[in-house]
Amino acid sequence: MTQEVIFEQEKILKSPWGGGKSPFGVSREKFTMWIFILSDAFTFGGLLAGYGALRASLPSWPSRLEIFSAFPFINAKLPLLFVSIMTFILICSSLTMALAVDAGKRMDKKGVIKYLLLTIGGGFLFLLCQAYEWGHLIHEGARLTSNPWGVPLFSASFFVITGFHGSHVLSGVIVLIIMAIRVAKGIYDKRGSYEGVEVAGLYWHFVDLVWVFIFAFFYLL
Amino acid sequence: MTGHEHSQVEVHHKEGFIRKYIFSTDHKTIAKQYLITGIIWGFIGMILSWFMRLQLAYPNQPIPLLEKILGGWAEGGILKPEFYTALITMHGTIMVFFLLTAGLSGTFSNYLIPLQIGARDMAFPVLNMLSYWVFFAASVVMLISFFVQTGPAGAGWTMYPPLSALKNAVPGSGFGTTLWLISMALFIVSSLLGALNYITTTLNYRTKGMSMGRLPITVWGMFVTAILGLLSFPVLLAGAVMLIFDREFGTSFFVPSGLVLGGQPVPHEGGNPILWQHLFWFLGHPEVYIVLLPAVSIVGEVLATNSRKPLFAYKICVGAIIGIGALSMIVWGHHMYVSGMNPILGEIFVVTTLAISFPTAILIFNYLVTVWRGSLRFTPGMLFALGFLGLFIPGALTGAFLATAPVDIQLHDTYFVVAHFHFTMATAAAFGMFAGVYHWFPKMFGRMMNDKLGKIHFWGTFIGVYLIFFPMFFQGIAGVPRRYYSFTEYNFTSQFIGLNKFITIAAFIAGAAQFIFLFNFFWSMFKGPKADKNPWKANTLEWQADSPPPHGNWGPELPVVYRGPYEYSVPGAEEDYIPQTASIKVEAK
Ligand code: HEM
Ligand SMILES: [Cu+2]
Repeated sequence: MTQEVIFEQEKILKSPWGGGKSPFGVSREKFTMWIFILSDAFTFGGLLAGYGALRASLPSWPSRLEIFSAFPFINAKLPLLFVSIMTFILICSSLTMALAVDAGKRMDKKGVIKYLLLTIGGGFLFLLCQAYEWGHLIHEGARLTSNPWGVPLFSASFFVITGFHGSHVLSGVIVLIIMAIRVAKGIYDKRGSYEGVEVAGLYWHFVDLVWVFIFAFFYLL
Repeated sequence: MTGHEHSQVEVHHKEGFIRKYIFSTDHKTIAKQYLITGIIWGFIGMILSWFMRLQLAYPNQPIPLLEKILGGWAEGGILKPEFYTALITMHGTIMVFFLLTAGLSGTFSNYLIPLQIGARDMAFPVLNMLSYWVFFAASVVMLISFFVQTGPAGAGWTMYPPLSALKNAVPGSGFGTTLWLISMALFIVSSLLGALNYITTTLNYRTKGMSMGRLPITVWGMFVTAILGLLSFPVLLAGAVMLIFDREFGTSFFVPSGLVLGGQPVPHEGGNPILWQHLFWFLGHPEVYIVLLPAVSIVGEVLATNSRKPLFAYKICVGAIIGIGALSMIVWGHHMYVSGMNPILGEIFVVTTLAISFPTAILIFNYLVTVWRGSLRFTPGMLFALGFLGLFIPGALTGAFLATAPVDIQLHDTYFVVAHFHFTMATAAAFGMFAGVYHWFPKMFGRMMNDKLGKIHFWGTFIGVYLIFFPMFFQGIAGVPRRYYSFTEYNFTSQFIGLNKFITIAAFIAGAAQFIFLFNFFWSMFKGPKADKNPWKANTLEWQADSPPPHGNWGPELPVVYRGPYEYSVPGAEEDYIPQTASIKVEAK
């Protein structure tokens, strides 16, 4: 009997779920970022589902090919080209983010800073593009309450959803700038781990992924 | 970095008053802050309900005292209709969110999770402190809304548009609703910060030997609650964002075309008020389990300890809690049977809703078996835990009526629903909370609460709430609608005037009993007899710490766990309880 009990206890202590350690072998920061992302995904899910339900209930929806066809400095109609480039920029920034994390794993401080700066640049460029797109639509007469192309809910959901996403990009850029400063100060070298960069990277990938959904559901479909 | 940086925390360091009691990062202090804030909200909410009850018992009869207290809201001593709707809104909001969500989860998740899993504090103590202070800010904003000129929000705690979306729909739709939305946005942030902490702490900070299968049922309850909050509050946030845009910037997410308000056509077009109902109830239904699960798990712990018996079928209880949590995310449509949803969709929600009765029933039966033939100790905590069963069972049974769409079409928006949720959620959860307070008070404050006063409090409350809410089932079956200002106009409602008076008197008696609790709580905090480490002879870890536990909870070494939490009355053991820290040799025989 005693033998069995000791055996049971040893089994528990060995198991990843037996206490005294993280069952997934990750730090509290990383784990918390995962579940924060899960929660935030539900916020976007709520917004997108609401948008979808409203759109389905309306008899007509403006043609995005017509509306999103402007391009800076070019006087031709280029349907969806600009927003595709925006999407491409954001995806590239995800790539550079991954490279930054990778450099961090190799404790390559210079590499981390380089790729972080590239990622920040990508995010910033994306925000600039978005500002252009918003400005253009507003110039054409789009408001929260009405727009020249049809149902008012079109512009309302456009501004609310892309605005909500844009604010996420903005906070991501700010977080990455803070990370870059911390890396430059050598904080992670001292800690012996660049995990902080990895955690910020998780958030960045998430924000990019959400954009892909917005791109698909708002612009393409 | 993985989990145990806390074990190096030095155990004693002196702190100033502000760091110790106000901006404290100690989970135990934060828990007390939540508890006391929650109690204050509970009393505010209760007093609001008295005003409603006075109106229902004495419609159109001047009560001069009311004018003295409420001023312009009760000119000539008669409550104004728009203030009545503001009262139901604020009563519901305060009780559901501020008392039974923040007050209940905030207190017991904070207090029990680290202590019962053998951690020194939460994973992120500073975020934890922020979570309380953001909740505090939400509280202040909600309180301010009582003092704006057009009164607080008046669209009900569910904030259905268009009442909530159009600023001049009713007086409360103005600034009051704006403040309501700001307060709830803060509340959501606070609950998110809390949930992140609770989940990470439970998973990453269990001490050695505290496997998931050895967690006390309370920790399981709080853990599943936190997951529900994490996943459902953000959807309310999404809805709230759209509602704020509708109100402040003229969009029409929730406002349909063709509304006329005060003779004027409303400029909005194309929105859908039902969308709000979906988004709201996607939170709203899990929310009722966010309220219930902490209470039900506290009750399980208190019942087992005071029956001196193992919690019956621990694993199945845990499974039931997880099952309830999972199912609660897919039943929200049962609040909307009459809102014009597709009947096939409605039928699906009937099935999922009835399905949730199974894990609920299993859990409650397990509790009954736990108590069955135990050597019961009738402490006040135990009485409230038993009282919980006595309230929850009729409440949950009537849920099955409401879940069936054809029956609900008759019962929806009547006092039957009011009675249902006051039994299941309101009073049952409050009883769970009381059970928790009586049970863990000695640990929290190092002193015992007065037993006699506790028992008087229990009987006053239990009999009181039964007299208040049980008659409402009959009113509801007779068709009396909820949220009405006065019931004098129709025969089928005015026949209950006498009963309404009776309920109101019961409400005042049950309310008076709460002041006994209040006195007992504060008096015992300073004057109660000193409690020793383990006054209830319980197994879980917190009873191995001092009462109250010091900053950092444990001595230099973290406790190590060798067994499950419910080894009570083990045959052959020296005592009728074996603490989780008792190492293997104790059991050898
Ligand atoms: C056990 C099975 C349960 C079932 C089948 C059930 C079913 C229902 C249904 C169908 C309604 C909608 C009635 C209507 O508005 O016409 C309802 C309302 C409600 N239920 Fe339950 N319920 C159950 C348990 C609970 C529990 C455990 C709680 C809380 C802890 C709860 C809290 C509420 C609340 C607050 C409302 C009313 C919300 C409002 O309209 O303001 N119910 N229930
Ligand atoms: Cu429900």
